[in-house]
Amino acid sequence: MNLQIDWSFFSSDLFVNYVWKGLQYSLLLTVIATLGGIFFGTLLALMRLSGKKALEVPATIYVNGMRSIPLVMVILWFFLLVPMIIGKPIGAESSAIITFVAFEAAYFSEIMRAGIQSIPRGQVFAGQALGMSYGQNMRLVVLPQAFRNMLPVLLTQTIILFQDTSLVYAIGAYDMLKGFDIAGKNFGRPVEAYLAAAVTYFVLCYALSWFVKRLHKKIAIIR
Amino acid sequence: MSWDWQVFCQDTITQEVGQSCFGKNGDITYLNWLLSAWGWTLSVALLALVIALIVGSVIGTLRTLPDRPWVVGLGNAWVELFRNIPLLVQVFVWYHVIPSIFPVMKGVDGFVLVVIAIGLFTSARIAEQVRSGIQALPRGQRYAGMAMGFTTYQTYRYVLLPMAYRIIMPPLTSEAMNVFKNSSVAFAVSVAELTMFAMQAQEETARGVEIYLAVTACYVFSALVINRIMAFIEKRTRVPGMIAASGGGH
Repeated sequence: MNLQIDWSFFSSDLFVNYVWKGLQYSLLLTVIATLGGIFFGTLLALMRLSGKKALEVPATIYVNGMRSIPLVMVILWFFLLVPMIIGKPIGAESSAIITFVAFEAAYFSEIMRAGIQSIPRGQVFAGQALGMSYGQNMRLVVLPQAFRNMLPVLLTQTIILFQDTSLVYAIGAYDMLKGFDIAGKNFGRPVEAYLAAAVTYFVLCYALSWFVKRLHKKIAIIR
Repeated sequence: MSWDWQVFCQDTITQEVGQSCFGKNGDITYLNWLLSAWGWTLSVALLALVIALIVGSVIGTLRTLPDRPWVVGLGNAWVELFRNIPLLVQVFVWYHVIPSIFPVMKGVDGFVLVVIAIGLFTSARIAEQVRSGIQALPRGQRYAGMAMGFTTYQTYRYVLLPMAYRIIMPPLTSEAMNVFKNSSVAFAVSVAELTMFAMQAQEETARGVEIYLAVTACYVFSALVINRIMAFIEKRTRVPGMIAASGGGH
């Protein structure tokens, strides 16, 4: 063992200057990707459950396609393709946001599909008996219940999503890991930087998963 | 947009398209490079999978031992530790931090460190599956082992584990495929695997779409092959008469 930690590395200025900025972006990316992913994921799930081949097949191909490619490759793909399609460079940060929404939609769609399928058929019939249209039935009866049942799983996926945001490292976007990375390089203390990154991610993710576990218990009691 | 698949026949140094798409006399084309990168990806993934299966099985089993709260607690801590730190950060820790704490690790190749990092990261997830597989077994199975006069070790070896592994084959399949996808983070410490190849070749040739398509195909193909192998094992090890075992492939 010869670990000599330079504690001055952990000065508050440094964190405000480098890490805090990155953390803000990581959180922003997580929130947007979660909300966008749940929205588009729900649409994809509805497409897959619609029973119409024209909707079902493309949605299935999209979901399975996304799930069989490493996230890093998807990030690189979008970083290359999005500027090509819209004709101008948009920067690593914006490109990462588009990537994550598109990528997470595939994962959230599987969760929402399971959630919708877990709703008893009688609920759908009840809605129909009340004269609800398909849209009303989904919006007012099925989806709220599916969403509540799947809340712990959705949150668990969000924790994974937060961890995965570190992969924007591949295109050089400025997230929390990048913040630690730059701080470590500027101060010549890479060991402290990566150690601090590991501890910070651990504390955040552990706290979140502890919260999800408690929520899970609470929801279980309601049912 | 026009395709230019000839990019794979280009020499990596002169950028000239050769007669054959494989380089001769020590010259390397992009196709040569792609295949070697694929080899690195497969090596990282398969070795990490071996580590993950061994460590994950041990930790997962320890977490179900009766009357050993300390061992169970340590197992739980292991899982929480490796599950709550992003894989990329763990790779950096193994590459930058561990060698500076333990000088013994200084000379160790980046490839080995990445394999350990991905292996241990995955071991936490496999430990979770092994544990839930063992706990999914009826209590009577353990008692049956005890009634036969088996020691705890024998009960696990001959009664619990053979059943547990067959139950958890589907999630293990997903995990095996995940290892292939996760091996892509090795680019961060300059292991010459597929993602690294994709980034560098894209830069050199400016034919990103063709390069990324080829690399993506390699990843998808690898994951598909693993999926088929696991489905075959699952079929052969199926327990007759169990609900979990009656479903088709996936």
